[in-house]
Amino acid sequence: MSKINIETNSSSVLQLSSGGNHERWRLIKDAIARYGVIAGGLGIIFAIALIFFYLLYVVYPLFISATAQSVNQYNVPDPALGKTILLEIEEQNEVAARFTETGQVVFFAVATGKTLLNEVVKIPEGAKIISFSQGSPINEGAVIYGLSDGKAVIVKHQYKVTYPNNIRLITPSLSYPMGETPLVIDESGVPLEKIAVKIGDKASTIVAKTAVTSLGGSKIRISHFEKEQSLFADEATLTRTDSVLNYSATNVAEILIDKEERNLYLLNSNGQLGLFDIVDKSAPVLISEQNIVEAGHTITSSAFLNGDLSLMIGDSSGLVSQWSKVRDKLNQFSMQKIRVFKVSDKPIVSINPEQRRKGFMTVDADDNLGIYHSTSEREMIKESLDHSKPVAAAISPRANAVLVESEDGKINYWTVDNKHPEVSLRSLWQEVWYESYPKPDYIWQSSSANSDFEPKYSLTPLVFGTLKAAFYAMLVAMPLALMGAIYTAYFMTPKMRQYVKPSIELMGALPTVILGFLAGLWLAPIIEEYLAGLFAVFMLVPLGVILFAFAWQYLPKVILQKIPEGWESAILIPVIILSAWFAFTVSVPLEAFLFHGTLRDWFKTEYGIGYDQRNALVVGIAMGFAVIPTIFSIAEDAIFSVPKHLTVGSLALGATTWQTMINVVLLTASPGIFSAVMIGMGRAVGETMIVLMATGNTPVMDLSVFQGLRTLAANIAVEMPESAVDSTHYRVLFLAALVLFMFTFVFNTLAEIIRQRLREKYSSL
Amino acid sequence: MIRLWFKSGVPWIWLNAAAVSICIIMVLGVLGLVTVRGAGHFWPSQVTQFNYQEEGKLARIIIGEKVDASITPAQMAKSTGHIMADNEDTLVQYLVKTGNRDITGTDFMWIEARNVKEQSDPLDLMVIERREWGNFYGRLLEVKEGSKTIATGKEAWPVVQTKIADALIIFDEIAHLEKKQIGAINYNLERLRLKQRKLELENKLDDTAKQQIAAQAATYDVEYKKYQVQVAELYKKIRLNSLVAETENGTTLKIPLYKVVRAFQPNAMSMFDKIIHYGVKVVEFLTDDPREANTEGGIFPAIFGTVMMVMMMSVIVTPFGVIAAVYLREYAKQGFTTRLIRIAVNNLAGVPSVVYGVFGLGFFVYILGGNIDQLFFPESAPAPVYGTPGLLWASITLALLTLPVVIVSTEEGLARIPSSIREGSLALGATKLETLWLTVLPMASPAMMTGLILAVARAAGEVAPLMLVGVVKLAPTLPLDGNFPFLHLDRKFMHLGFHIYDVGFQSPNVEAARPLVYATALLLVLVIIGLNLAAIVIRNNLREKYRALEG
Repeated sequence: MSKINIETNSSSVLQLSSGGNHERWRLIKDAIARYGVIAGGLGIIFAIALIFFYLLYVVYPLFISATAQSVNQYNVPDPALGKTILLEIEEQNEVAARFTETGQVVFFAVATGKTLLNEVVKIPEGAKIISFSQGSPINEGAVIYGLSDGKAVIVKHQYKVTYPNNIRLITPSLSYPMGETPLVIDESGVPLEKIAVKIGDKASTIVAKTAVTSLGGSKIRISHFEKEQSLFADEATLTRTDSVLNYSATNVAEILIDKEERNLYLLNSNGQLGLFDIVDKSAPVLISEQNIVEAGHTITSSAFLNGDLSLMIGDSSGLVSQWSKVRDKLNQFSMQKIRVFKVSDKPIVSINPEQRRKGFMTVDADDNLGIYHSTSEREMIKESLDHSKPVAAAISPRANAVLVESEDGKINYWTVDNKHPEVSLRSLWQEVWYESYPKPDYIWQSSSANSDFEPKYSLTPLVFGTLKAAFYAMLVAMPLALMGAIYTAYFMTPKMRQYVKPSIELMGALPTVILGFLAGLWLAPIIEEYLAGLFAVFMLVPLGVILFAFAWQYLPKVILQKIPEGWESAILIPVIILSAWFAFTVSVPLEAFLFHGTLRDWFKTEYGIGYDQRNALVVGIAMGFAVIPTIFSIAEDAIFSVPKHLTVGSLALGATTWQTMINVVLLTASPGIFSAVMIGMGRAVGETMIVLMATGNTPVMDLSVFQGLRTLAANIAVEMPESAVDSTHYRVLFLAALVLFMFTFVFNTLAEIIRQRLREKYSSL
Repeated sequence: MIRLWFKSGVPWIWLNAAAVSICIIMVLGVLGLVTVRGAGHFWPSQVTQFNYQEEGKLARIIIGEKVDASITPAQMAKSTGHIMADNEDTLVQYLVKTGNRDITGTDFMWIEARNVKEQSDPLDLMVIERREWGNFYGRLLEVKEGSKTIATGKEAWPVVQTKIADALIIFDEIAHLEKKQIGAINYNLERLRLKQRKLELENKLDDTAKQQIAAQAATYDVEYKKYQVQVAELYKKIRLNSLVAETENGTTLKIPLYKVVRAFQPNAMSMFDKIIHYGVKVVEFLTDDPREANTEGGIFPAIFGTVMMVMMMSVIVTPFGVIAAVYLREYAKQGFTTRLIRIAVNNLAGVPSVVYGVFGLGFFVYILGGNIDQLFFPESAPAPVYGTPGLLWASITLALLTLPVVIVSTEEGLARIPSSIREGSLALGATKLETLWLTVLPMASPAMMTGLILAVARAAGEVAPLMLVGVVKLAPTLPLDGNFPFLHLDRKFMHLGFHIYDVGFQSPNVEAARPLVYATALLLVLVIIGLNLAAIVIRNNLREKYRALEG
């Protein structure tokens, strides 16, 4: 393309002519058009910038820190009813509940602290409340009271939402899911020192520690209630199973049951954690027992993280550690410390888990309120409580409001804005130790059927998959495209080039959805069946070509002269088809002979390399096919436009055509070839449909060519339609798009700059 | 000597030539594969009756089309669990399409050639294409009208053909009434509801308005009742006739004729019949709605949706692309800004298409569309109108995606126009705009056309962004119909490329759908290659023309 410089100041002639209205109008139109066109031209830059900044705008909230704001402070409602043992907020942040040590429940307005309702838990006369705990899972709203006569009462606090006159009204109430009569846990009437409960639809479990009495030492009792709904009657019968744990209970300070009622955790005051398998409630089994705090420190608070898969332990040194049941190499379960948060220097007063995410709130003796997220290991919020010793705290189910009660009889109401705690740079790019996983790992698993699932947003396996697919595609495309470009631009007769170039470029116009479809449904089964044949083709076709070329020169001169130079590729087509056919035929008996069966099985048994039908090899070939025309076209242009006098000069000095090619042409065109490869790479990285259809889309990190992969682009195409707008998942997918954008931006900009340089160089030559 | 030969570089040249040959083989191979499989789909293949006996099992009869064959070497067959005799070198298996999914549960089965005791193509074997349960293979026994048998044996065949033809006419009538007439009434009722809601929101819903709306609704209701009666009558008529057929294992099956699309006896067809059948099937493929979860029938809505989307996109992309190219070539001083724009253009061309989809979904659909809904369509809340993926957003997204194609092509065209032409025009006193408008742009119009054609070809084959901004697997209504305002830019649409992905990979019965996917792929390939060839021809002509001008 030649440069055209046009005199832009073209209206000078007109200005001299008469100033009639018509002339003026013509000039005005000209000016309007000028500004319109300039705006249109600059609009291109605007468009690309808009895409970039819009992606950034959506991604940005992932990385801003959360905020908490103190909204109100008021006196504890009805302080005369006793000290607070539990604070709770309901879903809408309107009503809160204060459970007192005397068995009273005070419902009050969150915003003002005004008492709405006082309820008394029905405790039989003569019995006293000895122990109390919150049921699991927390969002069920159940609590249990352990009494001095060996009995226990389970109470649920509920909130009914109605809309009289279109205004929301929330009515709190108490209910007794296991009946109003207290359940007898210890028949001899020994006080229940510690207690825990898990309430489920079908089954409930109570675990209690009895006090030391003259009858004997303290014991851990397990009572399990199974509800059996008969087919026709509405009533259900309860089957009860009881057992006593064979375990020294004296030091047990805390009892926790997970929501599956499979694991029982006993925390000792000396820092020991005992893990029991209670699948069979009549015969609990001790799985492991280990020390979980450093010597000299004690456990000051503990709680399950949402989902009850890991235990957060706060100790007297201000550390909160996360422990999860992990299967080790010997297939044995034990508790492993997954991570530690340094919260404070003073003891942790309480840990309150968020009900829908893997976050938790801490209150420490240093008068700080902190909100953390376990997966991303982020400290979201840290606020000082202004030197008032906290005694109880609650975080709302939506994790957007916090209540903290302090020793001086005040309740502090905070609102929290903490939308995307799950993501940090660390959790996106580095190994993260997820709950129940044996070790830290890179995992992408964005959603699951259950609500207490830990989302795993590691982009590393996706980037890995993207680069792996691009690598294999380039492995296929680069030799074919570049060698093809060299031949087409330099050796081929112009007549043939006239047809070859457009037809290879036509290859690039083929919709990738068709290539993907063929790769997934036609090529993949073929490769699976004739894997050895494919490898044979890779080896035998070049060999066949060389042999043919060698034989060619011995052909009689008469024939050679009839066929002019530059038609080699046409001659080679039957040769290649024949040698490929030969490779396939020969591979079948060869495979049976060499590998005693199929090559696939051989890889599996000898090297333990598994085989996916839709794997990187299929993607490499299919995507290589899609990338070839891109690279070919640009590289061919670069080689073809090397000035003729350079090559002619080289040939005149006695170099062979091949030497000229390597030493002059390629060298001169190398920046153009480089930019061709860059652009091809950009295309391979961003290609969606082929990868989507030709791989299994499993986000695994495995270099093996026989394994599937999932790329950033395919991941977006798969998950974007089902992600909720403005959720963390949505924003992470936008981040994936941004990463793709940056990848290709770098490749393309680099390629374009090099090309512009090259163009200048050629024009000066 | 060999070393010398290698040193001369000749083998490398041959290897390079081989790379070109491989590329050519690959292109031709893919095109050939798609053509053969896609075009072959409509040809009526022979229906074979196999006398099949597996070892240790009773002999049975299998009727079906041989679809595929596989030859496995003995060694491999053994490793996959087949028992092979010593004298057998290979295991030959056939994939047979047996149809009758309602009876057997599957459409296809693999049989081993060695177990086929006898095979023949009896002339009386019949294939019925049905609206449900896929194809039926078997023999016709009798034709019934109500419970009365009106033809049996040999006479049944001509009778059943005329009856099917009658049933098809009634079926079309029903479809017309249900889709067009009743559909229009439903659409109007919905508009009425929105109107009422709008008045309500504006506090203008007084008694007169209410009465008006009620009256309108009443007239629609009357009309609706009228059509309903008509449809019910037609249904009664069409449900009357049925045919009784016998399957391979002797089970008889009564098939109501309104579920039959066509019945034919491929083995008895002459070559001419087959060609006619082929033509009919091709026309059906191009003009009919899909059946059976897109695995049968036509792809008309997908063709229509693709064309609509591409046309909308062209309207948007052409002016922007041309203006940008004109700026780059005619207005801008070559320097930093133009370099920047060129980098931007190249990046626009290089950004992965799925990123456009993400951008389109977030920016166009949720931000622009969401705001449009709030401003102009408050009455339909909470249902979104433009705040959901649809034709308009898909077109705009693809216009952005194909912008670089138009720019590059137009720019090339502008560059080829000799500057003497511009200078001549300017010297005669024309303004720059007049020069452009009256001389340069008309001369460059073939180049713009080329760019547009290439953009259309690109857009027609693009799928990834469309999955996010408006394409669905089955659109109940076309984006263009007889209901005011006729062009429904907010509607979702079907697309050929997405159809391939969806039917080929998301369909419950991939094996049965595969031929249709090949046919769709062939259509798409033909369209795109046709467009590209047209672009190449136009470009070449243009080059010739300017070479003459320059000379």
